[in-house]
Amino acid sequence: MDSNFEALGAALPRILDGVWITLQLTVGGALLAMLIAVTLGLLARQENILVRGFARAIIEFFRGTSLVVQLFWFFFVLPQLGVELDAMFVGILALGLNYGAYAAEVVRGSINSVPQGQWEATTALSMTSAQRMRRVIFPQAWALMIPSLSNLLIHLLKGTAIVSFITMADLTFRVDQLRIDTDTFFAYTVGLIIYFVLAYILTLVMNMLEVQAKHRLGRGESLREALSLRSPDTGVDAGEGARS
Amino acid sequence: MAAPNGAVPAIEFRDVQKRFGDTVVLDGLNFTVAKGDRVTLIGPSGSGKTTILRLVMTLEDLTDGYIFIDGEPLTHAEVDGERVELKPKHKTEIRKRIGMVFQQFNLFPNMTVIENIIEAPVHVLGMSKEDAIEKARGLLDQVGLADKEDAHPLELSGGQQQRVAIARALAMDPEILLLDEVTSALDPEIVGEVLGILKDVAESTDITMLIVTHEMQFARDVSNRILMFDGGRIVEEGTPEEFFTNPKEQRTRDFLQAVVADPITGALPWQPAPGASGTPAAPATPTTPSTTSTTTQDGDPL
Ligand SMILES: Nc1ncnc2c1ncn2[C@@H]1O[C@H](COP(=O)(O)OP(=O)(O)O)[C@@H](O)[C@H]1O
Ligand SMILES: [Mg+2]
Repeated sequence: MDSNFEALGAALPRILDGVWITLQLTVGGALLAMLIAVTLGLLARQENILVRGFARAIIEFFRGTSLVVQLFWFFFVLPQLGVELDAMFVGILALGLNYGAYAAEVVRGSINSVPQGQWEATTALSMTSAQRMRRVIFPQAWALMIPSLSNLLIHLLKGTAIVSFITMADLTFRVDQLRIDTDTFFAYTVGLIIYFVLAYILTLVMNMLEVQAKHRLGRGESLREALSLRSPDTGVDAGEGARS
Repeated sequence: MAAPNGAVPAIEFRDVQKRFGDTVVLDGLNFTVAKGDRVTLIGPSGSGKTTILRLVMTLEDLTDGYIFIDGEPLTHAEVDGERVELKPKHKTEIRKRIGMVFQQFNLFPNMTVIENIIEAPVHVLGMSKEDAIEKARGLLDQVGLADKEDAHPLELSGGQQQRVAIARALAMDPEILLLDEVTSALDPEIVGEVLGILKDVAESTDITMLIVTHEMQFARDVSNRILMFDGGRIVEEGTPEEFFTNPKEQRTRDFLQAVVADPITGALPWQPAPGASGTPAAPATPTTPSTTSTTTQDGDPL
């Protein structure tokens, strides 16, 4: 067992490199997914049937095809068509498109669940549809969509593991390597723990975003209050903040 | 229906038809509201009162006919005998003259009270932020909420939220103000303070008002014309005086009896109770007496 930990110590810099690649893919993929989600989510609500149809087609296509196959297609088929892409770029692109298509439905659904009265109030104040979305509807929809987005983000993190198929030395790849110097049980257990810790950190970050978004709507404490250790009812506050 | 003195009316409905699917709510409705008029629409639930206000605010599309605001077509115009829809930009321009206060307040929860009020003046009318804030503070003062400018809407009571909503509508300097049962969602003891504020607005401005309410005392105090609706048609119209003291139509009498009659004596608030020898009925009626409105409007009953 000791030799396992020695081997782990020796492999640590490489494992951290792997974590770094996994994080880059996760954050890059999430940012691209969000951009795509908001764009498609808004387009899928348009009255114009062509615009709406276009958005729906993209959403359905990327939700309905396997992430692995999309990844292989971008990485192995595109070069044959003369388009050579960097592996990191391909990874982020495939993750962004796939999870963006899922998140687009979340964005669209949350926007539609902002109460009718809010839309009507913007009309009564003669706001343009862009002003209405940007200043009134989206900020409220944002608070509604965070829990689902948070879920998708964890899926995305786990989904990054498949990039090891396209020659990237991400966390999964490094854990696989660790197996050579240790054993299968040890290496994959280390892998599980690191993925779990990453997922937990992402969950905490998303929870903070949710506390902040709700506070902006006048519901619940501010992020500062939620994190504060000095507030009189500290125990309750910290617990609530971490759970909600 | 020509407006008095041949002046251009603030609002004109011409042969307006509104259907929801197969349900015809308004069928060939014609009426005008002169500038500065305070017109109250009364009538049983489902008679189309809300629909009328929503059509003026362009929250619904009319299925046929025309609405004119200051003589200008709102959503559709007649061009060479054809009814054509006007550009959204045109609607938006005309809409700026119209404000509305809703039954459910509809304040924006993602903004503070003062942000709610300055939002449209700054971003729609292009007013400077400083000017908008100054104006908003004046309006908050007028509605008795000067100390609440940084509060979140959800921290306020229903009555306070509705007062902010009134301030928000007034901040746009509307020529026409639409009020749809603005006190129906409020606790009875709060109703008076909100109506008191609206009475002040009516007295201190020349805004044209189109009001839907079940508060008959308020209708009587504020409006100069009352239209009784039933089934999407005007059953009777007149001044509050004519209307409440001597309603002509049986339908109107039945309605007034149902909404405002004293539950014990059966008397209308402005009529002596039957059998009560000449003494006017006590103001203990389902409607809030106007005296309460003025004393409690700043939340400080002396
Ligand atoms: N969005 C809608 N869809 C279908 N029917 C509606 C809709 N809005 C109103 N109606 C119908 O139109 C009629 C008039 O409604 P409304 O204008 O709200 O009446 P009032 O305000 O006088 O109570 C009612 O029969 C109502 O059911
Ligand atoms: Mg109604």
